[in-house]
Amino acid sequence: MDLINAIILLLNYIFIPGLTYGSQLALGAIFVTLIYGILRFANFATGDMMSFGTMMTILFTWYFQSLGISLGVLPTALIALPFGILFMILYMLTIDKFVFKYYRAQKSPPVQFAMVSIGVMFVTQAVVRIIIGPGDRRFFDGEKFIIKAREFKEMTGLNEGLALKSTQVLTIFVTIILVSLLFWFLNKTKTGKSMKAYSDNEDLALLSGIDPKKIVLVTWVIAGILATIGGALYGLDKSFKPFTYFNNMLPIFAAAIVGGIGNPFGAFLGGYVIAFSEILLTYAYKKFFIYILPESMEPEGLVQLLSTDYKFAVSFSILVIVLLYRPSGIFKGKVL
Amino acid sequence: MRKNLNVIAAYSIMMVLILLVGIFQSWNIALSIFNLCLISAVMTMGANIQWGYAGLINFGIMGYTALGGLAAVIISVDPVQEAWRAGGFDILMCLWLIIVMVLVIRFILKNFEKSKLRTYSIAALIIAAIIIIRVTAEPGIEKIEAVNPATTGFLGGFGLPIIFSWIVGALFAGGLAFIVGKVALGLRADYLAIATLLISEIIIAIIKHEDWLTRGVKNVIGLKRPAPYEVNLQTTDWFINLVEKFKSSKLDLITDLSERQAALNQFVIEGSSIFVKLCYSGLFLVVVIILLILTQKALYSPWGRMMRAIRDNEEAANAMGKNVVKQHLLIFILGSAIVGIAGAMLVTQDGLFTPGSYRPMRYTFLIWVMVIVGGSGNNFGAILGGFVVWFLWIEAAPISMFLINFFTASIPETNAIKAHLIESVPYFRFLLMGLGLLFIMRYRPKGILPEKIEIK
Repeated sequence: MDLINAIILLLNYIFIPGLTYGSQLALGAIFVTLIYGILRFANFATGDMMSFGTMMTILFTWYFQSLGISLGVLPTALIALPFGILFMILYMLTIDKFVFKYYRAQKSPPVQFAMVSIGVMFVTQAVVRIIIGPGDRRFFDGEKFIIKAREFKEMTGLNEGLALKSTQVLTIFVTIILVSLLFWFLNKTKTGKSMKAYSDNEDLALLSGIDPKKIVLVTWVIAGILATIGGALYGLDKSFKPFTYFNNMLPIFAAAIVGGIGNPFGAFLGGYVIAFSEILLTYAYKKFFIYILPESMEPEGLVQLLSTDYKFAVSFSILVIVLLYRPSGIFKGKVL
Repeated sequence: MRKNLNVIAAYSIMMVLILLVGIFQSWNIALSIFNLCLISAVMTMGANIQWGYAGLINFGIMGYTALGGLAAVIISVDPVQEAWRAGGFDILMCLWLIIVMVLVIRFILKNFEKSKLRTYSIAALIIAAIIIIRVTAEPGIEKIEAVNPATTGFLGGFGLPIIFSWIVGALFAGGLAFIVGKVALGLRADYLAIATLLISEIIIAIIKHEDWLTRGVKNVIGLKRPAPYEVNLQTTDWFINLVEKFKSSKLDLITDLSERQAALNQFVIEGSSIFVKLCYSGLFLVVVIILLILTQKALYSPWGRMMRAIRDNEEAANAMGKNVVKQHLLIFILGSAIVGIAGAMLVTQDGLFTPGSYRPMRYTFLIWVMVIVGGSGNNFGAILGGFVVWFLWIEAAPISMFLINFFTASIPETNAIKAHLIESVPYFRFLLMGLGLLFIMRYRPKGILPEKIEIK
């Protein structure tokens, strides 16, 4: 019985949150990796672009709510998502046309692109803050829990409750669908294959008649979908605040690089690597040991490797170590 | 003279702008903008050395700034004797353990062949050391943080004049840059940017949460000042006489004696804060000028020539027998040390250390905007960038307020969109910075004052 309690405890506090957070990071990391692999620069506006997409989704959610449209148990944001994605893609394409296109034509070095993306970051941040303000916004509606901790306890008679939030299930579910679609697209369709070829060797791809304009367009469209859905899922699960999104850029970068930048599958796994290591290293295992160890050996302290304050620092340290020992990432990057 | 016309013109325009703020808003605001412009100028000089001279991207400016600020705290705050008695021994013990750990690792690295076993044993050693250090430090840290937590709860510092911290800040930042440079400088440009950005975040996390050293988010307030205090000035005779002399024309207009006294008091209060700010301006100006002379000399020295050669073609410089790795490390340390000075100056001016306020937007990306806008590779350009960008950063809100009011003059105050716009005036500064950066990068990629190297 104690063993089951211990497992439930880990499921509740480590596994499910880790999987959710990992999925959110993974979507962002694939976005970073796609931009890096095909447009060849580190996009420092990642977090803010995600917050722009989320903002559009929130605005449409409010609009639908004011019309009285809802999905019942599911959050209204799901109907608003396509509109959010549309606006996100439009915004990205506008930015690409007015900003990045010029440098692409000039064949500027990646560093210059990165600098330009900082300009884009400032502008996007301003746009988001001017439109929706810097405050904390919750836009979740519908049924909050699938299983409540108390119900679970009553149902099973265990000491530990297992709470399953609908946003968590939604996040994991949507991520699986989206990522499978993406990999199907990249590996099976002609456009996807030409994207891979373009990322692999630009000159060769151009020689074999691949249209670079189309590749760039498709990349931004996919990026827009990933950014909006990733951002909206994070916002549904926690809350929307522009500053948090800017900060989330850092673990997302960490996930992309750890997984091998330029490699979408690596980025996908990198998200979970970062999320789980953050949670595993900062979780206080006291209760877990109380369950599995005999009473005489119960630990006194919290049995916490690092205090939760260092959550971000964990992922950054992992990144720094990976960069130093395996700069191409755990799963070998730079091939799409 | 004529060659430098654009430099002189640009700086005069900048000075006129600051004077205009003084005339139309207040001299207090003008001087605080000026002081922060000077501090920003020091930061941009540091970043410019790294980026403009050597082409190294350092997105960790925030971390070095914070370390400089930490130096200001450690140097100037009086030691907390009680905390030292309670937990000082444990902390010293930990310090000693860290030194031992580093020495052992160095020994292993030197005396054993590179192999998987060596890597794993070093990793195991580090993990074991971290656990031992945590176990030793825990009781000490708890005791230190329990000492009068409302006002101290940390070890304090050395109780020296805060001016010294400017040098110590440089040493701290340089020391960190040495470690970071050793491990990260081999990375490609964009990886280096990300790595330095994340390392600076780690530094901030440590400063924020190690309360025994920095008081963390509880902030350290009331640091010593190198300048006199306003309250003391207001009761000093020579200062009152000075203000009287300055304002005599205005004071003479008032005939009533008590009214004249009241007016004088008002002037003294205003004057005292301006005087203090002027003291800071003087100190900062000295630092900026010294650094400017040094960096200019370095730029035109054989060493500067070598740095440019390395920046423009690393392989060629390497083939010519220049030690690229060593020079990169050196310049990384020098630039970061200058940023550390700026960090200490900033805390000195504010008189308080708030770890929570270090954010990458303000302390890393804004500084980069300054370098790019001003002109990388040109010290005068970098300083000008610091001035222009900081000026706009502060004045963006009033300017955009004016513009909004101007364009929406016909719309009534109650209009929802107008009210919303006025409410979000503070965020227009981001828009201004972003657009400024994008326009400069597109149409004047070398900055306002481009790099100009004359071969003499």
